Amino acid sequence: MEATKAKEKIIEAGLLIASASSILTTAGIIFVLFYESFPFFKHTSFFEFITEKQWTPLFADRRLGILPLVAGTLLTTLIATIIAIPVGLIVAIYLSEYAPSRLKEILKPILELLAAVPTVVYGYFALLFLTPLLQSFFPDISGFNALSPGIVMGIMIIPYISSLSEDSMKAVPMALKEASYALGATRFQTSIRVVIPAAFSGVASSFLLGISRAMGETMVVAIAAGMMPNLTANPFEPVQTLTSYIVQVSLGDVPHGTFEYSTVFAVGVVLFFMTLIFNILSFFLRKGIREGVR
Amino acid sequence: MNREDLKIYTARYIDHAFAITGLLCCLASLGIIAVLFFDLVLDGLPRITSTFFFSFPSRIPEKAGILSAWVGSVIVIVVTALFSIPIGVATGIYLEEYGKKNWITDIIEINISNLAGVPSIIYGLLSLSLFVYLLKFGESILTGGLTLGLLILPIVITATRESIRTIPQSIREASYALGATKWQTIRWHIIPYSTGGILTGIIIGLSRAIGETAPLITIGALTFIAFLPSSPIQPSFPFISFGWLFDAFTVMPVQIFNWISRPQKGFHINAAAASSVLLVMTLLLNGIAIYIRYRFRRRIRW
Repeated sequence: MEATKAKEKIIEAGLLIASASSILTTAGIIFVLFYESFPFFKHTSFFEFITEKQWTPLFADRRLGILPLVAGTLLTTLIATIIAIPVGLIVAIYLSEYAPSRLKEILKPILELLAAVPTVVYGYFALLFLTPLLQSFFPDISGFNALSPGIVMGIMIIPYISSLSEDSMKAVPMALKEASYALGATRFQTSIRVVIPAAFSGVASSFLLGISRAMGETMVVAIAAGMMPNLTANPFEPVQTLTSYIVQVSLGDVPHGTFEYSTVFAVGVVLFFMTLIFNILSFFLRKGIREGVR
Repeated sequence: MNREDLKIYTARYIDHAFAITGLLCCLASLGIIAVLFFDLVLDGLPRITSTFFFSFPSRIPEKAGILSAWVGSVIVIVVTALFSIPIGVATGIYLEEYGKKNWITDIIEINISNLAGVPSIIYGLLSLSLFVYLLKFGESILTGGLTLGLLILPIVITATRESIRTIPQSIREASYALGATKWQTIRWHIIPYSTGGILTGIIIGLSRAIGETAPLITIGALTFIAFLPSSPIQPSFPFISFGWLFDAFTVMPVQIFNWISRPQKGFHINAAAASSVLLVMTLLLNGIAIYIRYRFRRRIRW
């Protein structure tokens, strides 16, 4: 009897230690980002970092303004969002309010495949399929540009938006929908005026998560957007994002402890906090619905 | 026709138009996957031969192959699985079955949800500093496996929790009523009933890990590896060696990235061929996951 009790305690302690590992990971990320970027911020004033309009840390004439990389990230993210939010929302409404359940059983896994395709394969698709296709419509588009990877990233995050939105639409009480139908509303009117407002926090949460995904996406932009820091809003020009800068430097095999090495972590800090804001907002919106339904 | 009728007709028309738009959007995504797949296969097909699978990379595109890449992928994924499955499942069980509702579990929960959204390249930076330099594992298979393991941990944890959550409370109470302890209940009831969902989550996580490129580039997975890791079985005493854990490696997506970034058309063909192989690998894994989910859902009815 005593042995059983002791065993129970040991197992519980073991499981607790395992779950602490997730906290350690986050702590590790934050510690490493600040520790390794310290030499960078010692060398650069924070004011220069956020106002300087050029990013040339690898040149002799160093300019250390993060703006071009942030602009590149925001531009590709914006293009992806313009594709993914409307399509994702339409798909979610269709699956939740229109599709017969057998069709839904088939469509949902197929949609999820879009998120399962390796990002490097999407990069190939953006660079060697979509860009030439776009060039035949817009001859002045450059071989590396923000538009093509933006569109491909949009396609990639459709399933994140549609499946999370659909989950929250499914959770809308049937009585609300039936009340709407009883008043003679069509499925579309019910979706727009009853389902979406009732599922709003879940839908908004899925948008935020999609945006965070697009900001952190690396390979598609590293392959198809070019590796040129460029402060522009023109989607036809090449841009460099926060993520693709990290890839560019990593490919060059930068020695540990050098200034170039610390720039990667400085960029990482910016990327981490940009996505963190969206992740946390998304979490609280989602938590809100779950407790609301109960 | 009076105005009221017109309103009703318009509403119905919009309703039908939306139904068609919705279906088209779903079919379009199917279409995109088809275009993607056929584009890759058409470009890469001439290269997909047995020599492609059993050759090392080379400077001549026609002679280059993916031997070190697919072997590397398989070994790294094994390390990833060995690391992430026990920790992920244990965390999921703790949070669902033991964790009391207090601020510690709240923090763990926010934390896991945030980790799932952290860009994969940030995990690469963590590993670069922590595993490569601080713990001195180097740019090795061990570092790669641990990196991907941390990356898919949230997926495994979430799948475990969701699967356990569907088990009715009455099952636990029945087990306690027969005098079972908490662990016995988990071991003989909770784990068996949630296996389907957990397995699905693990496979989806591993299929994501197999396609990950960015964090492995950050930790310095090399793109030109013309050798295989050392064998785990040695001819002399003690016969088993873990030296392979510390060997340099490359994986399929990193090899593909390398070939895409080269200007020569020949390497783009290689990239297409390797991408089709990688795509088939991930789609197969996802297919297995969907099948398992379907089977277990049919078998267990409360």
